[in-house]
Amino acid sequence: MPTEHKAHSPTLGGTLAGTVPGQTPPIVVASPMSGGALPPDDILAKRPLGPLFWIALAWVAIVALCAILANLLPIPNPNFQNYTAINVGPNIHHLLGTDELGRDLLSRIIFGSRVSLVVGFAAVGIGLLIGGTLGLISGFKGGAFDIAFNAGSFVILAFPAIVAVIAIVAFWGQTLAKITIIIGVGTIPIMFRVVRASSLSFANRDFVMAARTLGASSNRIIFREILPNVVPAAVSFGLITVAGVIVLEGSLAFLGLSVALPTPSWGNLIAEGTSNGNLNTNPLILMWPAMAMFLLLLSINLIGDRLRQRFDIREGLL
Amino acid sequence: MSGRTAAGVAEKTLEFPDVTDFADPLLVVKDLHTSFRTGRGTVHAVDGVSLSVDRGTTLGVVGESGSGKTVLARSIMGLLPVRDVVRSGTVEFSGHEMTTMAPAQLRQVWGAQMSMIFQDPMTALNPVVRIGNQITDSLRLHLDMDRKEANATAVELLRSVGIPSPEDRIRWYPFQLSGGMRQRVMIAIALACAPRLVLADEPTTGLDVSVQAQILDLLQAMQRERHMAVILVTHDLGVVAKRADQIAVMYAGRIVEKAPTRTLFAHTRMPYTRALMNSIPRLADPSGTRLQAISGRPPDLIHPPPGCRFAPRCPYVQDKCRESDPPLRTAASSDHVFACWFPLVDGAPAPATAPSPNLETPPS
Repeated sequence: MPTEHKAHSPTLGGTLAGTVPGQTPPIVVASPMSGGALPPDDILAKRPLGPLFWIALAWVAIVALCAILANLLPIPNPNFQNYTAINVGPNIHHLLGTDELGRDLLSRIIFGSRVSLVVGFAAVGIGLLIGGTLGLISGFKGGAFDIAFNAGSFVILAFPAIVAVIAIVAFWGQTLAKITIIIGVGTIPIMFRVVRASSLSFANRDFVMAARTLGASSNRIIFREILPNVVPAAVSFGLITVAGVIVLEGSLAFLGLSVALPTPSWGNLIAEGTSNGNLNTNPLILMWPAMAMFLLLLSINLIGDRLRQRFDIREGLL
Repeated sequence: MSGRTAAGVAEKTLEFPDVTDFADPLLVVKDLHTSFRTGRGTVHAVDGVSLSVDRGTTLGVVGESGSGKTVLARSIMGLLPVRDVVRSGTVEFSGHEMTTMAPAQLRQVWGAQMSMIFQDPMTALNPVVRIGNQITDSLRLHLDMDRKEANATAVELLRSVGIPSPEDRIRWYPFQLSGGMRQRVMIAIALACAPRLVLADEPTTGLDVSVQAQILDLLQAMQRERHMAVILVTHDLGVVAKRADQIAVMYAGRIVEKAPTRTLFAHTRMPYTRALMNSIPRLADPSGTRLQAISGRPPDLIHPPPGCRFAPRCPYVQDKCRESDPPLRTAASSDHVFACWFPLVDGAPAPATAPSPNLETPPS
């Protein structure tokens, strides 16, 4: 606030308005900041997110829209087998070509993205909701509660996730909902740890103490004071975890343990692309879904990373 | 978790009637001890402090770093960590005993009746919550205001603490404000529900010197307007000299001298108080004058020295000071107490062997 000091910082010539040169200007005590504020827009202006961020966001949006509107798009049924067009390359009827059974690859990729997106976002949603809530409380409360959940999260994390997921899927079943829940539960300890660490770092801040001196209850402090501070870290980490979960689902599908065939999912498509000698006869079957997955993961990571930079609250700025 | 159910059972609404009789004190602290258990031993941060604050008056609590001022303020509020902290003594606020209150009852007192202004406005505001919401939160909690009403009150509060165009500012975030403005917002938050007692814990230490006086003047103006009592904790005697009605000087967890401000400055008895006064730089001094620091360091509060705790640093120390602890006793006027075997007389040390007889009154 430069205006606070204006009154008693004479310029070199000593010619402040209303001041005799050489005489100390009067120190203004009352309402020192009248009319001296910067417009908020100037302060709020931040460095731009960059074109790459917007391209990535656009790609994720396109993929999401296609997945949601798949039934309305002018594409053939993903499981329709057109025996007059087997293993054809990209053409006007089949933009990305067909596979060895004459199924439209674009259609299969679009319908397949539904599985990846639902599993990716819903599983992380489950993880954030349960793990995040526990982490918030654990970091704030500390004590026995924290020790118990902390130890629990270590035990679960010590077990290799893919092995656990394979075992449970094989035992429980291969529907979309079950796979989502299993992977979602698997992300709980990761989310717990990230949110707990963040919550812990805010739990002893002065503003939490200040809220307490105003009569705020623990619940209020957790959800009104700490949560808003934790959200940026949790969301950007969550996005990166979405990417990880999509890969995990792909790995499951590749092993034939994701949603049952012939429902397309990106992992299923990649698995098909490598089987039956397809890699020799028609590598496009493998390439398209692999590329779609690669671009989606890259975009999600990029978005998460930029958001993290954007919302990174550094001490220096406070 | 179990604490909440216990609080729920004990939950009852506390009554704070509007008192017209200003004679009885608002806050009475008796023999307050707060100690922290650490790996090295027990730290006696507050060691037997008694004080009282009348309604609408200011008590200055002065002492150097580590003298227990902040812990005293937090002990009075009951804002201490639960683990490894032992607090004893009584804190009676407006007729209610604070030390035995359930958490739910404390929450009724905090903010509504008693609030705190923190040292560092940079960290005491939530960085991701608009300042308007930080003010309205306690209004809506304690005064049951709806959103619209609370917003209007917040605007008025911001205006009253000297923030220009408050209608726009309530939507700002703390990082958009300067340090002085943030401390004004802190004051607005602390005063939102018109508490009767405000504990200001070094409210100007984190601020630019040019803003300090403004903030203290503001606090004083708000105090007069609302007839609040203020406990002003500071390490700077200069800060409280003009503003406090009473001053308590703390050293090593104890009050070593307490008197009405005028008496304290005119008839200083305790050498430590004198040393604090001498350490204030004077504008009239020629440039290049050495600052008068108090040599040595505050004592280890885990193993305090026997005898007077100031003895190792006291320029007038005698053998007796090192052997036995001086009790608090009254000086010429009954509201002036001090703890010293060989008190100063008119700012100079008394003859060591023969303290004047009128000082031998027993502690009150």
